[in-house]
Amino acid sequence: MSNEATLHSQQEVMHGAHDHHDHDHHHEDSFISKYVFSMDHKMIAKQFLITGIVWAIIGAFFSVLFRLQLGFPDATFPWLESILGHWAKGGRITAEAYYALVTMHGTILVFFVLTAGLSGTFSNLLIPLQVGARDMASPFMNCLSYWFFFLASLVMMASLFVQTGPASGGWTMYPPLSALGDASIGSKIGVDLWLTSMALFVVSQLLGGLNYISTILNMRTQGMAMTKMPLTIWSFFFTAVLGVLSFPVLLSGFILLLMDRHAGTSFYLSDIFIAGKALANEGGSAILYQHLFWFLGHPEVYIIILPAMGMVSEVLAVSSRKPIFGYLAMIGSLFAICILAFLVWAHHMFVTGLNPFLGAFFVLLTLLIAVPSAIKVFNWLTTIWKGNINFSPAALFSIGFVSTFISGGLTGIWLGNSSIDIHLHDTMFVIAHFHIVMGVSAFFGMFAGIYHWFPKMYGRFMNNTIGYIHFWVTMVGAYLIFWPMHYEGMAGMPRRYYDVSQWASFKQFGGLNEFITIVVILVFAVQLLFVFNFFYSIFKGRKMTTENPWKATSLEWTTPIHAGHGNWPGEIPVVHRWAYDYSKDGRDFIPQTEPIGPNEVVH
Amino acid sequence: MHTMGIERKKIHPHKYSLWIAMGSITMMFIGFTSAYIVKRSQANWLAFELPHIFWLSTAIILLSSLTVHLALKQFKERNMQRYKQLITITAILGVVFAACQWIGFVQLKNSGLPLSGPVSASFIYVIVGVHMLHVLGGVVALLIMFGRAYRTRVRTYSAVPIEVAATYWHFVDILWIYLLIFLSIAR
Repeated sequence: MSNEATLHSQQEVMHGAHDHHDHDHHHEDSFISKYVFSMDHKMIAKQFLITGIVWAIIGAFFSVLFRLQLGFPDATFPWLESILGHWAKGGRITAEAYYALVTMHGTILVFFVLTAGLSGTFSNLLIPLQVGARDMASPFMNCLSYWFFFLASLVMMASLFVQTGPASGGWTMYPPLSALGDASIGSKIGVDLWLTSMALFVVSQLLGGLNYISTILNMRTQGMAMTKMPLTIWSFFFTAVLGVLSFPVLLSGFILLLMDRHAGTSFYLSDIFIAGKALANEGGSAILYQHLFWFLGHPEVYIIILPAMGMVSEVLAVSSRKPIFGYLAMIGSLFAICILAFLVWAHHMFVTGLNPFLGAFFVLLTLLIAVPSAIKVFNWLTTIWKGNINFSPAALFSIGFVSTFISGGLTGIWLGNSSIDIHLHDTMFVIAHFHIVMGVSAFFGMFAGIYHWFPKMYGRFMNNTIGYIHFWVTMVGAYLIFWPMHYEGMAGMPRRYYDVSQWASFKQFGGLNEFITIVVILVFAVQLLFVFNFFYSIFKGRKMTTENPWKATSLEWTTPIHAGHGNWPGEIPVVHRWAYDYSKDGRDFIPQTEPIGPNEVVH
Repeated sequence: MHTMGIERKKIHPHKYSLWIAMGSITMMFIGFTSAYIVKRSQANWLAFELPHIFWLSTAIILLSSLTVHLALKQFKERNMQRYKQLITITAILGVVFAACQWIGFVQLKNSGLPLSGPVSASFIYVIVGVHMLHVLGGVVALLIMFGRAYRTRVRTYSAVPIEVAATYWHFVDILWIYLLIFLSIAR
């Protein structure tokens, strides 16, 4: 190629990477291009967040409904019939509706809220802003990523309204219940819609993940070495890597499942009898599905928790006015968790007849995750140790995250041991464990992120008083809900049972189940208060008067209060230092953009 | 201008994204082939010969890799007429490849191995079929390149989209060769 052609090609790289957005910055956007089919990562982040909030309300409301059944199995609630129709005839949720509610609650919260809502929101919002890029590597693909998620949402939503109801075989969609349309009422078209929705969801996640990785690796501003990136970006990076490598495997499992449902194949089916009649399927294995599912399923836990870890690291450093403790160890532990996440899937399958030798191998790898997790906890605690902590709602939720991560993580050690897991498998102990560690913790990380970066998104602050009420009721409520469940589980109380009061051995938990349900209703109510605070503050919250209200060092706080598409009106700032220069050389904080002083000790 | 000097060393973001996407697609096929290996070690596994037409389709996709490579070369030399011819031939070869795979499916079915037959045959349909869909996706990308080549209003002569499409095409080619070897050996 000639020199001229080379230069031309190089300029095109520039054009694609950065300059393109400069032009956009000066364009007048129409309503559609600005708010609907926006290619601005900040707007796409808001779209993910608001869709996630809508799903969170629905998913949490479903849990209130099935908790009513668990807490008050003999009571009737006539108002339920007006909401659920024949699914709650006489005011009592039917068994079919109960299983559908449990299934949809899990699906919605795991995938639509804690994956798309959490990672989709904050990866979109923060990656370009914190690495110093005008936008994502491909704004168009980023836009597509949201709209695939939206389509997935529509299909999943539609499944709630079909005559035979949504899928009801559990959020893991295990065959044969999911593979045979005649297996149960919840195995009919609801499962097809579930699979279609999830396929669209996987496409959305892949498009998003590709963008996040490309942007982080390839579009950092001058001076932004990998070791100068905030921990949020590291966590989003590893999350995206987990996603792009594990979601396709899930997709392969779903394709085989769809074939079993509609093409007469027998990947997962063998020796099945329905109503005494043998089906033609032979040679299949339901365990095969479990392998494919959990190869995504376990990394999915970290896809949910890693972004929360990153955001909590950031908020704790900012709130305590201290540099993050053990920055490189934090990155190393994220990396170790990322690798180990791929190597432990079979710990979900200890009771499937797994070879005991293999079981021991997976026990070892599972317990190894405790090491990087412990490093992270130690570093969070040492970060806030003797810090000048500003107990904002974001800081409180971050501290709450550390607390629930410790308590949820510790019970993980129990379940990671195959010998104990065989007793506790499919009991309320498992429910308690994963709800605390990847439900409550991840939500706390998400709340911390929302309270902290709300001003960046909307140029206003959320109400602190409501924030404090939100935190304390949620924090205390979460422990009151899930802690007693450990005891129920140790006593053998199974998960997913429609009416455990039918068993004499579990009748003793009747009062406890009532108590848990009442707390669930209270905690749900306070989440509605948070939702009110969120939407009210978008329009009526206290306005931001300065670009950097939290006195933070990272790049996102160098953009204007209402940054346009392209983020910085002029040149992209150049980075000189890491993101955690707090309380250094007698100064409260030093922005990343400030050059290193002549006698300064560089981190 | 110092910033620009640093930017110049970088790979185009779309190329970067493609490499990650290829990793992602590879994982999906690793999922399929792992499932295949697991099933193969279990009872009721039926081994059979692959349809011979798959070898012909291999030659076709190899040839298409050559044509897309030449197309990219012609584009960089601004030989647009030749470029358009080669990109068209590549797209046609892609469609012919898919047609050959389809004929392979018909041959399998006629030999008493339908989709709903033994699991080993079902795997062939699914794995080859999903790969075929990826090839057809590449054909669509090539047709877009072809359309762009005729567009006269704006002509930037950016090689990036063609490089991305060509890399993807080579990828589906290599992926097919891997699948063919895998399915031939692990029967």
